[in-house]
Amino acid sequence: MASMRDIKRRKVSIQSTQQITKAMKLVSTVRLQRAKAKAERSRAYFKCMQKTVASMLSRTGNVNHPYLSSKGDGRKAVVVISSNRGLAGGFNSNVVRLMIKNDQTADWDPASVDIYAIGNKAKDGLARAGFGIADSDPDAIDEPVYDDAKRISDKLLEKFRAGEISEIYVAYTEFKNTVTHIPTLIRVLPVELPEDEADGAGVSAPMNFEPAEDESLDLIVPKYVASMIYGALMQSIASENGARMQAMDSATSNAEDMIQSLALQYNRARQSSITQELTEIIAGAEAIS
Amino acid sequence: MDNTFKLQVICPDRVFYEGEASMLELNTIEGEVGIYKHHVPMTMIIAPGAMTITEGDGTKKDAAVHSGFIEVLGEKVTVLAEVAEWPGEIDVERAERAKERAEKRLEEKPTGTDIARAQTALQRAIARIYVVK
Repeated sequence: MASMRDIKRRKVSIQSTQQITKAMKLVSTVRLQRAKAKAERSRAYFKCMQKTVASMLSRTGNVNHPYLSSKGDGRKAVVVISSNRGLAGGFNSNVVRLMIKNDQTADWDPASVDIYAIGNKAKDGLARAGFGIADSDPDAIDEPVYDDAKRISDKLLEKFRAGEISEIYVAYTEFKNTVTHIPTLIRVLPVELPEDEADGAGVSAPMNFEPAEDESLDLIVPKYVASMIYGALMQSIASENGARMQAMDSATSNAEDMIQSLALQYNRARQSSITQELTEIIAGAEAIS
Repeated sequence: MDNTFKLQVICPDRVFYEGEASMLELNTIEGEVGIYKHHVPMTMIIAPGAMTITEGDGTKKDAAVHSGFIEVLGEKVTVLAEVAEWPGEIDVERAERAKERAEKRLEEKPTGTDIARAQTALQRAIARIYVVK
């Protein structure tokens, strides 16, 4: 049996770890509240943009616009959103796993995929898996503003126009609620039309554009891409804090369990040492008399 | 109300306005437009400027919008604005300063000036000042 001193030292160390995890849990709870509110407010724009662009495109008929058809050699650009810090349970590894192992990406060749990593964890994880990191933007994940998303989307669209990349994806973690976060991969460009709208069913009136279609789409698509990235950032941040809160909560309660069992062990060790001492004294006294 | 349509003005960070409106006026890059119910389906690009919402009971609400687009679908109008501000949220002094700066830049045209950027900055500043006054 471990000595009393060892047990005590171990217990103290776990107690201080527990204090840290408890503090981290509180911090991420506060952050979660803020991020959640922000994600919910941005979700309206995100969803509305998706719906509007899809309905707009389904009404335009056959527009042969460079943004709507793949060209180039099939290189894919994926914006992968993770966090800069760990201790958030499976949050980061789930996003990385989404890229490596999933039906959607099963036939992707890592060599033909460029990763635009937001957050260091995705960068490290995917570089290890053999993906090429085209760009990394670790600062964008802290308090992102719309301009961050715009900057990234401008960069991507420039490459898209030049034919260097032919598809743009975003990998992020959707925030369903505080405990459910779903790693999601969506294709941003070329725009994916919802099944029921793509065939033109249920479309009542053709859409007019002012200015002309091509020019309008030139202006709308960049906004669409930027808003998709922004929305994904917001969702990911809320998920990150949710995941960290959960991870820290279970770490705190695990520490509590360990402290309890160590306290029990400590008391037993103390009891047995007292018993042993008494036995020795009695044995010594009997030997003398 | 018979003559109202559903209006949604959405920004990336909030739902700016949601309600029934009888008329919406704003600036597009093709010029100023006014939209009533049953407007033909149309997509327009917003230019920096003032937006006036006339609600069903006739009250008018002004706001400044910069960049974005608007989708008109008969009974429903959606404005997706990258930035939208109520008059109370605008810092007039800052807008005045931005206006002066942009004007100066357009006048002197120092080398390396992005003319298009200076012009939109000027438009934005003018829109902000207009909405407050």
